[in-house]
Amino acid sequence: MDVLAKFLQQLINGIHVGSIYALIALGYTMVYGIIKLINFAHGDIIMMGAYFTFVCIVTFNLPIGVALITPVILCLLSGILIERVAYKPLRNSPRLSALITAIGVSFLLENVFFKKFGQNPIPFPQIINPSPISLGPLQISRITFITVLISVLLMILLDLFIKKTKPGKAMRAVSEDPGAAQLMGINVNSTISLTFATGSALGAVGGILYSIAYPLIDPFMGVMPGLKAFVAAVLGGIGIIPGAMLGGFIMGIAESLTKGYISSQLADAVVFGILIVVLSLKPSGLLGKNVKEKV
Amino acid sequence: MALLETKDLGIAFGGLRAVGDFNIKIDEKELVGLIGPNGAGKTTVFNLLTGVYLPTEGAIYFNGENIVGKKPFEIVEKGITRTFQNIRLFKDLSVLENVKIAFHHKMKYSIAAGIFRLNAYWKEEKEIEEKAMELLKLFDMQDAAYTTAKNLPYGQQRKLEIARALAADPKLLLLDEPAAGMNPQETKELMETIHFIRDKFKIAILLIEHDMSLVMGICERIIVIDYGMIIATGTPEEIKRNKKVIGAYLGE
Amino acid sequence: MNSRLKANIINTTSIILIYIILVLLIRIGFINNYYEGILIEMGINIILAVSLNLATGYLGQLTLGHAGFMAIGAYTAAILSARMNLPDLPLLLVSIVLGGLLAAFFAFLMAIPVFRLRGDYLAILTLGFGEIIRVIILNMKITGGGKGLSGILPLTSFSTVYFITVITVTIFYTLINSRHGRAIISIREDEIAAEAVGISTKYYKTFAFTLAAFFAGVAGGLFAHHTLVLDPKDFNFIRSIEILIIVVLGGMGNLTGSVLAAIIITILPRLLMGFADWNMIIYSVLLIAMMLFKPGGLLEKREFSLNGLLSGKKKSQGNTPVKNEGSE
Repeated sequence: MDVLAKFLQQLINGIHVGSIYALIALGYTMVYGIIKLINFAHGDIIMMGAYFTFVCIVTFNLPIGVALITPVILCLLSGILIERVAYKPLRNSPRLSALITAIGVSFLLENVFFKKFGQNPIPFPQIINPSPISLGPLQISRITFITVLISVLLMILLDLFIKKTKPGKAMRAVSEDPGAAQLMGINVNSTISLTFATGSALGAVGGILYSIAYPLIDPFMGVMPGLKAFVAAVLGGIGIIPGAMLGGFIMGIAESLTKGYISSQLADAVVFGILIVVLSLKPSGLLGKNVKEKV
Repeated sequence: MALLETKDLGIAFGGLRAVGDFNIKIDEKELVGLIGPNGAGKTTVFNLLTGVYLPTEGAIYFNGENIVGKKPFEIVEKGITRTFQNIRLFKDLSVLENVKIAFHHKMKYSIAAGIFRLNAYWKEEKEIEEKAMELLKLFDMQDAAYTTAKNLPYGQQRKLEIARALAADPKLLLLDEPAAGMNPQETKELMETIHFIRDKFKIAILLIEHDMSLVMGICERIIVIDYGMIIATGTPEEIKRNKKVIGAYLGE
Repeated sequence: MNSRLKANIINTTSIILIYIILVLLIRIGFINNYYEGILIEMGINIILAVSLNLATGYLGQLTLGHAGFMAIGAYTAAILSARMNLPDLPLLLVSIVLGGLLAAFFAFLMAIPVFRLRGDYLAILTLGFGEIIRVIILNMKITGGGKGLSGILPLTSFSTVYFITVITVTIFYTLINSRHGRAIISIREDEIAAEAVGISTKYYKTFAFTLAAFFAGVAGGLFAHHTLVLDPKDFNFIRSIEILIIVVLGGMGNLTGSVLAAIIITILPRLLMGFADWNMIIYSVLLIAMMLFKPGGLLEKREFSLNGLLSGKKKSQGNTPVKNEGSE
């Protein structure tokens, strides 16, 4: 029973982190789907979400509801701004130039926050009471419970938004074929902005949830979860929304099980090992379609 | 012995049989047309012959050797080269370089000889440069040698692709819709060029074409396929009168 | 024949002349230890950039794991040089070549899974391999793990880096302008067409990738014997990205551009030191601005040639253009 309980505990931890990765991965995959750009700055949106929350709560002492909504809106606006200023001018340029620009934006955000808040990690305020809920022999932290709940809820909302609403359908149309979408009367620019807004808002929520789980924040905190979330998106098939969710959960669970049973230092290697195995078997990710070039 | 012979060649994608029971023979220096309605499987035949697709059935004998399973580049070494329906040039390279690349497998100097610029490098590079220019001259493109390929007019791009395929020294040249997008004047010139190539290089040519005036005008023999199967072969005169062919084209 | 000889003489003379001037400046103390260190780092960055340019700019495959190969070379060379008994120069040369060979060997093994993929999937797979190499080094005893590897012999000098850099750039230049180089470039231009004119794309992809890894390993070996302390953190994916920045900034498939950009990217952070804690912010803004205003790279298609300069004109190299789609 003990063995099983430990396994379930690790599994739950994995689902906890995995749901955060999934939220972040959505931002990568949506942006990639629509403009084929690996948006390296997305990881820093996570960091910004965390710092904005910190400022709202600790510096301005805002009521908790406002303090959680404000950062999401700020990140959403930042996402739109970044796209307009740094990526839009390069839409018809070599793809790698846009990639390097994204990296530049990432460096810029990190260093602006570094200048403002310094290098030392600062403690993130306790928002959720960490006392556990008991489920038989299992102890589930309230944090885990709420994180998974919020993540799953947001994913369902996103799915409905993309499938049922007009702007959501426009997003799918633009990612399928921007030229044709434009001819059908879809405003491509505003659809791209909307994609960045949605992705960044989800990233901000991911950032807040991540900081609640690991309550020390620093200017470079977004790099590793960002990278892992991106790997999750590739694992599931980049550009495919359910793929990002699936990839996120797989990454989280794999990481947690490795930490629990093998070694926490090797967790990153295992995560990338899974990526290599999956891509060797399915070159375009778990849910990706294998498109053959027409000769 | 025929230069090229296929035996019951076929390929299925998933459950769909794109080409089947495909039996043809092409002799040396023959000029053969492959025609058929859109989607009949003509380009698929080319992809099978050049190793882009692996057939699910049958065999391809080239000079008596079964070449099924060989990689596209190995088939080029055996002596089959091709052009593409949607022109595939090395767009950002010069016209001359496009042709030079096709001489690659005819050149021998090693990587070390290239890096250290040994005598073999200078000798072969000079040879190739001359040969490439000669080839361009045949196509009246020597003045465009240093033009970037993507800046050529459309008709010239088609010509360059043929020149490149010839540089690889084929015994059988496959042309995939060489006249596509050309005006009647250009098509007429192209017909002359194709005839000229066959006589000058003494090679066999198999060409896919929709322009009937071109096919009927230059091909000695025509193969007609529909739904991946051969429905008729014969001289242009025979094909013109063939009921099945007329049916396939008019959609009976 | 004559012009070839003339070109060789001009190039060799200039290389030696620049070397003599720099050494004199070091001797009289005009270039102090600090600046000499920067020159050494410049050389290392040039080797890293031109080698990555072969894989990404000429072959057209975006790879994000170059730091992994650098790490293999660095650790291998450092560990070997501490255990071999040779005079300084041969010791350095033997250990960096062996480090490069091991890096090349791993690249050769990776080539099979990597080249089954295309575009960004390939890029991410190389990133994954790079990170795995780092984590493995972190968990090994002989590498010192997370504590790092110290006590490395100071074997890298300005002279060794200068000549190894010159040799590397020359090798890449002559390679690119040979039939093998044309084969590599043709794969970037159109893989299917390359195969259709008789080029084994598998062979040349593996070759270019392996050769690039070899030189990344050599650069790693020079780096190890220059910094004298190795930490796995030096080789994380940010490092790979820094090398990629140099390549893109200089222009994909442009060797001169890579050399120039490597020099700029090495100096830039130092020049910005004066701005204290604003330096990294300015660096990022400059990086974004450079890409926004020069998306094709600093030099775009132009290759710089000494002979051309001396005869009063810049030579445009036909076969080294900027490719529009970095990772198709």
